[in-house]
Amino acid sequence: MNSFWSGVKTPLTLRNKTHTFTFVEKGTASGFDASRLRFLLRAPLPHAYSNYIGRKLIRFLLTIQGLGAFTLITLGVIFTKFRKARAVIFPLIWQELTRSGVKLLPMFLFLSVALGLVVIGQAVSWLTRVNANQYLGTIMVLTVVRELGPLLTAFLVLMRSGTGNVIELGTARALGEVEALEALGIDPIHYLVMPRVIGMAVGVFALTVYFILGSLLSGYLWAFLNDVPIRPGEYFTQLAGALTYMDFVVLAVKSTLFGILISVITCYHGLAQPLRLEEVSPATVRAVAQSVIACVFLDAVFIIIYLAT
Amino acid sequence: MDNPQPSNAASETPVIEMERVKIGSLRDPRLTMLEDVNWTVRAGEYWVIAGLQSSGKSDLLSTTAGLIAPQGGTYRLFGHEMPIFEGELLAERLRVGLVFDGGQLFHNLTIAENIALPLRYHKTLSAEEAAKQVNAMLELTELTSWADNTPGSVGRNLKKRAGLARALILQPEVLLLDNPLGGLDLRQVGWWLNFLGQLSAGHAILNGRPSTLVVTAEDLRPWRERGKQFAVLQDKKFIALGNRPDLAAHADPLVKELLAEDLPDI
Repeated sequence: MNSFWSGVKTPLTLRNKTHTFTFVEKGTASGFDASRLRFLLRAPLPHAYSNYIGRKLIRFLLTIQGLGAFTLITLGVIFTKFRKARAVIFPLIWQELTRSGVKLLPMFLFLSVALGLVVIGQAVSWLTRVNANQYLGTIMVLTVVRELGPLLTAFLVLMRSGTGNVIELGTARALGEVEALEALGIDPIHYLVMPRVIGMAVGVFALTVYFILGSLLSGYLWAFLNDVPIRPGEYFTQLAGALTYMDFVVLAVKSTLFGILISVITCYHGLAQPLRLEEVSPATVRAVAQSVIACVFLDAVFIIIYLAT
Repeated sequence: MDNPQPSNAASETPVIEMERVKIGSLRDPRLTMLEDVNWTVRAGEYWVIAGLQSSGKSDLLSTTAGLIAPQGGTYRLFGHEMPIFEGELLAERLRVGLVFDGGQLFHNLTIAENIALPLRYHKTLSAEEAAKQVNAMLELTELTSWADNTPGSVGRNLKKRAGLARALILQPEVLLLDNPLGGLDLRQVGWWLNFLGQLSAGHAILNGRPSTLVVTAEDLRPWRERGKQFAVLQDKKFIALGNRPDLAAHADPLVKELLAEDLPDI
């Protein structure tokens, strides 16, 4: 097969002509099209609930197939071409890190302070009634460190940078810029996707850490303003007591995976679908919805891991 | 249909060789745009391929450049059977440059950055290291004044020229140009015809080596005294017409229409 989509040396034999990943098999710039099975969605069936559910299920499976193949190709490119064309690619990674990290920091600090106030504000009023203020730190760890911090960070990055990915890549695809890259012998996954994936993964992780720190500090500030009889040392002792080594590991893995998920899904929808400009908007909507679902699903997996350990 | 005899030595391996090739559509790979394409291009030739809109000109060039795989038949580029894009054969691939109709520039980069990109990517150069070659190319294509503009802020003619400069920066041996004169005023048309003539004769920017040119067009009039070999695309067929004298003598209604000798009353 020609072109870069199929030229990537991934653990899978993506160049095999009998492979089921249709868009990989076609190996063309316009081959990002899982069209071979889409006839199933156009079957002239009556509109009944069972048919509706069936169509949705087929669409879901096609999306999973496409996303899975795209993810493998992207990971293959990252591992095999990471150091290729460093002079061009590394600045793009920094650029993405700035966009999905540094530039979002003020907004994240503001929201982290707000989250700390909200969580502690609610917790203080209830814990005071039952005389259980010693659980403030534990509550902060449970809600902010394990759940809200990583998940809210992922959603906010999706909102600010993920949507931008779909629009930029979708527009580039519709205007023929992806074909131009291929004509110049530049791997579009290497040039367009890899910097976004690496930059967003690192960016989400870093922002999650800042977000959690901001929330914990503002939580204490709120408790202090409400005359809760807890000293800083006591508060942070509670926090340290509630944290386990697993929290640090899971936080790092989860937030990084959130970044990878969002970037891969948004890049996939930017590159895979829009062949015309009017298709960019629906692709953006689909990418956001699927990113949210994927993040919540991943979060649920980690909750199960927490409960199992 | 037999091709016209090449103007220079024919002993070497053909640059482009298609046998019964079926050409698909770039936008919809399920569509077939051309069938049974038998076409041989030798080094130094100057082909002009004309056809009406949606006749498959861009798809033919896209297949020739390797953006889409042939749907059938055999296609060899520099003697290598297509596709030849994977890893170690990328260097062969870069011997062909493609200039798109609209330039297809990257809109987040300036004109100079667009031109520098392939050079920097393939030769791992910093912007400073690539600057000398980029500036020379900007000067050659008369784009120096617009070097720092983004594509969205310049006109169609400059986008086309920037696309040409970007394709030339890697010094390809074969240049494929998709409708280079489309939408240009007469002054720009003159510039392009003159520049391509210089490339065909051997330009200093390419170390004096005559370029192999393949140009598509919707109007044959500007090309009849410039191109050396001619073909038309009609009804999903690639029809080689011959050299300049053959073109002038051709009685095909489409050829006459493309030469505006038989324009319908408006």
